[in-house]
Amino acid sequence: MDKMWLIVKREYLTRVTRRSFIIATLLTPLAFALFFVVVSLIFSYQSDDKKKIAVIDEGSILSGGLKDGKNVFFKFEKRSLETLRKDFKATGYDAILVVPKIKDLLSKTETIFYYSDGQPSLDVELLVSDRIHDAIRDYKITKLNIERKQFDAINTKVELEPEPIKKGGNDATLLTSAIAAGIGGIMGFIMYMTVFIYGMMVMRSVMEEKTNRIVEVMMSTVRPFQLMLGKIIGVGFVGLTQVAIWAIMIPLLLTIVQMVMGIDAPPPQMQMPGQAGNVNPDDMRSMMSLAMNEIGHINWVLIVPMFVIYFLGGYFLYSSLFAAVGSAMGDDLGEGQALTIPITIPVILALYIMMQAVQAPNSSLAVFASIFPLFSPIVMPARLAFAIPAWQIVVSVIVLIATSIFFVWLSGRIYRVGILLYGKKVNLAEFVRWIFVKD
Amino acid sequence: MEHILSLKDVVKTYDKKMAVDHVSFDVPKGSIFGLLGPNGAGKTSLIRIITTITRADTGQILLDGEPLNSRHPEQIGYMPEERGLYKKMKVGEQLIYLGRLKGLDMAETKKSIRYWMEKFEITDWWNKKVEELSKGMQQKVQFIATVLHDPKLLILDEPFTGLDPINSNLLKAEIEELKQKGTSIIFSTHRMEQVEEICDNIVLINQGKNILDGSVAAIKDQYKLNRFELQYAGDKEVTLPEKVEVISHKAGSVMVQLADDGNSNDLLRHFLDQQVKITNFHEILPSINEIFIKQVEDSNSEVK
Repeated sequence: MDKMWLIVKREYLTRVTRRSFIIATLLTPLAFALFFVVVSLIFSYQSDDKKKIAVIDEGSILSGGLKDGKNVFFKFEKRSLETLRKDFKATGYDAILVVPKIKDLLSKTETIFYYSDGQPSLDVELLVSDRIHDAIRDYKITKLNIERKQFDAINTKVELEPEPIKKGGNDATLLTSAIAAGIGGIMGFIMYMTVFIYGMMVMRSVMEEKTNRIVEVMMSTVRPFQLMLGKIIGVGFVGLTQVAIWAIMIPLLLTIVQMVMGIDAPPPQMQMPGQAGNVNPDDMRSMMSLAMNEIGHINWVLIVPMFVIYFLGGYFLYSSLFAAVGSAMGDDLGEGQALTIPITIPVILALYIMMQAVQAPNSSLAVFASIFPLFSPIVMPARLAFAIPAWQIVVSVIVLIATSIFFVWLSGRIYRVGILLYGKKVNLAEFVRWIFVKD
Repeated sequence: MEHILSLKDVVKTYDKKMAVDHVSFDVPKGSIFGLLGPNGAGKTSLIRIITTITRADTGQILLDGEPLNSRHPEQIGYMPEERGLYKKMKVGEQLIYLGRLKGLDMAETKKSIRYWMEKFEITDWWNKKVEELSKGMQQKVQFIATVLHDPKLLILDEPFTGLDPINSNLLKAEIEELKQKGTSIIFSTHRMEQVEEICDNIVLINQGKNILDGSVAAIKDQYKLNRFELQYAGDKEVTLPEKVEVISHKAGSVMVQLADDGNSNDLLRHFLDQQVKITNFHEILPSINEIFIKQVEDSNSEVK
């Protein structure tokens, strides 16, 4: 066993000290942060093109005036449209807005006219129609003799509150499932990525030893199973290190970026007219705190250790298969690529099932897939944020652990034969035969 | 004589093909032992069994009197025909790793590496990556990796392939020195001139079977054909006794075949009485190469 830890140490240290690893580990969070910065810059980028708009209020609807936008300024005009149009250039306006009289207070649509040389840009259009919408609403409220309170009451928001049949059962809000779906999706996707990235890393590591021809020396020193397991564990630690660094750095950098950006320019949604619709900043804030509250309510005590168990189970299961395939590959990478297909298919299937399971976490497909060990490492973590029956978790974990131990053993059988074999084209039938070859 | 390694009735089958077919032989301690055989004879299968890479199906293998077990790899140094090192690792790191895997502790490993690096005058390679070294340089590192744990038994599979004459001689000297220190060495090859030069004992494997084993001198003696060559100076040609068969007769040199009961002293006496000046008289021993070819051909035809 001492020797296996030497192998683990080497596999770990040679990888984490490699320049490419350090760069990838540090650059990925930076890339995330940069992406975030760029995206928010794009969203917060507002036209710096100032617009001065003449407003002709034919029906005296806009008695309350129009609030200017950041780059859009309204000025009420007494002059007629004709006058303004005649000598438009001299007026200094960029556009003329004509709000006609409202003929029918009960009409649902009103048309206003916007005269300009070009099409109004989207942000101007949104701002103008938003402002006029509010003004007309206020106008109609007054004219129809409706009380403001009454009007607000008409605009009823409906919230569906899911309740359990049994008293004291799991009480969840709709928001809970949305957040659970989000967290589940992220977890499932992380599992999917790690299985691929680190499984492939194990495979390349096995192939490297074979093509370097050092494997025969190694085999005369340690048991093939020790070498394979040492490799899998070593690369597994590399994976944990990388994921842990990302798990700390990405949120940290995003928070820093958000803080810095937040001072420069407040989150764009709060200023963008129209975009936020009828959600005002206060509502947004309460939504956020509600969401944070819900995230706090999710059973992290269950999810975090379970995630680690599924990570390890899924990793051992798939990376041992990748190791077996790597051992069978010769010097020619392309030729062996076909052998990885049987491994990649279940991983990709699991990803799709996971996406489905997040929407319908208790469908029979989701339940089956979270017990079936080739899918469960990706599907089950995605379902954990939903309240799912405990027996499913227990059965799934037991099946997964048993299967991954079995697969590690099975791959060890294939590995010990494949690793010493050169220049032979291998197919699946050959694999099966190797399992039964005696030492 | 004590044996470092002894094989008794070792059998190994792959896919119903007998790669090693009831092979028995002993390797005397402190000797250089040649494991010979044509390609595909089962040499690699045998070596893999001895190095514990694979297990024999049946038969007994004793290393220094003990049945082969999982601690034995630490007492064996093996340099395979297909050399290999981790290309991206630095020489020092790599040797430490391999030494530690062979059961040495850190201090012992470093001490041993330093000793060998100084010996080969390559101390400045410690921080070089293997891929930066030339092939000959890599061979030196490979050799150090094989011997740094001071193995009782050293197994070298075709150690001279790919070496230039200078490095070949260097390696030969190292092998000789290790032998002097008491290391037993198994030397697998199909290059016979090296066998005669280096080996004390040999075993000849063909089609998985041991067809010949013993000391090089004894085998040569066993396969000698009672042939003699005489070289002489003088104008006259020598006359030959009646009972001998002439193999070749050129000016100044004659090669003869004595009958089984023929005596070389009588032959020499016959020549001494003639009016020629004898410059050289010697027995022609078969080369290991000839014995090898003859035995392999014989055993192949037996199978057929």
